[in-house]
Amino acid sequence: MSPSGAELLRRIKSQIDEVDPSEVHELIDEGVSIIDVRGSEEFATGHLPGAKSVPRGHLESRIEGAVPDRSTQVILYCASGNRSAYAARTLQDDLGYEHVRSMTGGVALWKDRGYEVEIPRALSAEQRDRYSRHLLIPEIGADGQQKLLDAKVLLLGAGGLGSPTALYLAAAGVGTLGIVDDDVVDLSNLQRQVIHNTERVGVPKVDSAEESIRALNPDVNVVKYRTRIDASNIMEIIEGYDVIVDGVDNFPTRYLLNDASVRLKIPVVSASILGFDGQLSVFKPYDGPCYRCLFREPPPAELAPSCGANGVLGVLPGTMGLLQATEVVKLVLGIGDPAIGRLLLYDALGATLTEVKVHRDPDCPICSRDPDQITDEELGVFPDYEAFCAAAG
Amino acid sequence: MATIKIPPVLRASVGGEKEVGASGENVGEVLRDLAASHPATESQLFSADGELNRYVNVYLNDEDVRVLAGLETAVGEGDTLVILPAMAGGS
Repeated sequence: MSPSGAELLRRIKSQIDEVDPSEVHELIDEGVSIIDVRGSEEFATGHLPGAKSVPRGHLESRIEGAVPDRSTQVILYCASGNRSAYAARTLQDDLGYEHVRSMTGGVALWKDRGYEVEIPRALSAEQRDRYSRHLLIPEIGADGQQKLLDAKVLLLGAGGLGSPTALYLAAAGVGTLGIVDDDVVDLSNLQRQVIHNTERVGVPKVDSAEESIRALNPDVNVVKYRTRIDASNIMEIIEGYDVIVDGVDNFPTRYLLNDASVRLKIPVVSASILGFDGQLSVFKPYDGPCYRCLFREPPPAELAPSCGANGVLGVLPGTMGLLQATEVVKLVLGIGDPAIGRLLLYDALGATLTEVKVHRDPDCPICSRDPDQITDEELGVFPDYEAFCAAAG
Repeated sequence: MATIKIPPVLRASVGGEKEVGASGENVGEVLRDLAASHPATESQLFSADGELNRYVNVYLNDEDVRVLAGLETAVGEGDTLVILPAMAGGS
């Protein structure tokens, strides 16, 4: 006569090894493989820290992907310890795993003992659709998309460079975009500042940018700073951001940003444009040179045409801003070779890209020192600072 | 003769060219030759004591001459010098 379900379970449990949650809790960081054999919906409600999901229905086909080495210590669990007992018998007797145990009482007993569970953050169905072209790239995938959604990126300026950068970072699903700009949209901006539009002439740029970003991707939290960045507010504004995108149009702010970002160890993706030419580099404090290593001091005001109104090819900030956005995404995901220690020079008319090396300056007035030695008083200061700013107007 | 790439802010000083040729055995000589042909560049490249201005970077091919031998760095036929002052335009 065939055994009852209860009898079969009892028999199976007598043929396998079981382990108490307290022992599993001790072993959790000791290199054992912990496998959750429940369904994927159950897994999504909370699982043991570091556990991998191999639903029992897919056990035979998927366990080798999760645990390739059959001599590994494997602990299986389910909701109450029954499904994992059956699964343990299969791994042990049919698949030749040498050290398999089933956790008694399952995740229910684990929780009763007060041990921690991880709740995986799954992308919503809409997010899986929206970001599907990212999910298809192995270097990004769901984990990478989650990193983008968790990222906080600060844009200095919603102008020529900031417009394309903000739009593409929003589209890519960067979860928090801070935007610093005290200006309002002017008709003469619209030849290149594509985040704004004709109807919004006169509207603060931070508000106009927020409207475009929300329309493009409601996942993005926009933090607006309708102000000019200066020595009195910079530390407060930039602290807590993962990456800063520098599109500022004047040297004093560039030096100020450099010094503050070195102090807080925040990488800065920097670009500048003039006429038909653009420059781009990534300044990652202490991993590579800082802006002062590249340019110890700014040119005199008569050679710093950025201070006045100068012409720029409208598409050029698009090109340079998207190179910046690309570097931001790479930094957030930790992939590729960011332009750290390299300055890229783009000549739009010649359609050429020239690269030069940038070295850390062992005598750099800022990044040759520990971040906590950099004082408030020296942030953004350079020789002849007062004269420079007076001449620049 | 070496090729010198001229940055946007200096192009007016060399008749609007993006690249000019100049001769010399080392970086200093090549830049002096440039300044001799285009006097308006001199004060922008060199400080009163004859050194490179601190706000101008010069690269031999892709390397900063300050980590080589500075103005003494040897320049060969076919080398390219890149002159690079800081730029700040963003908007």
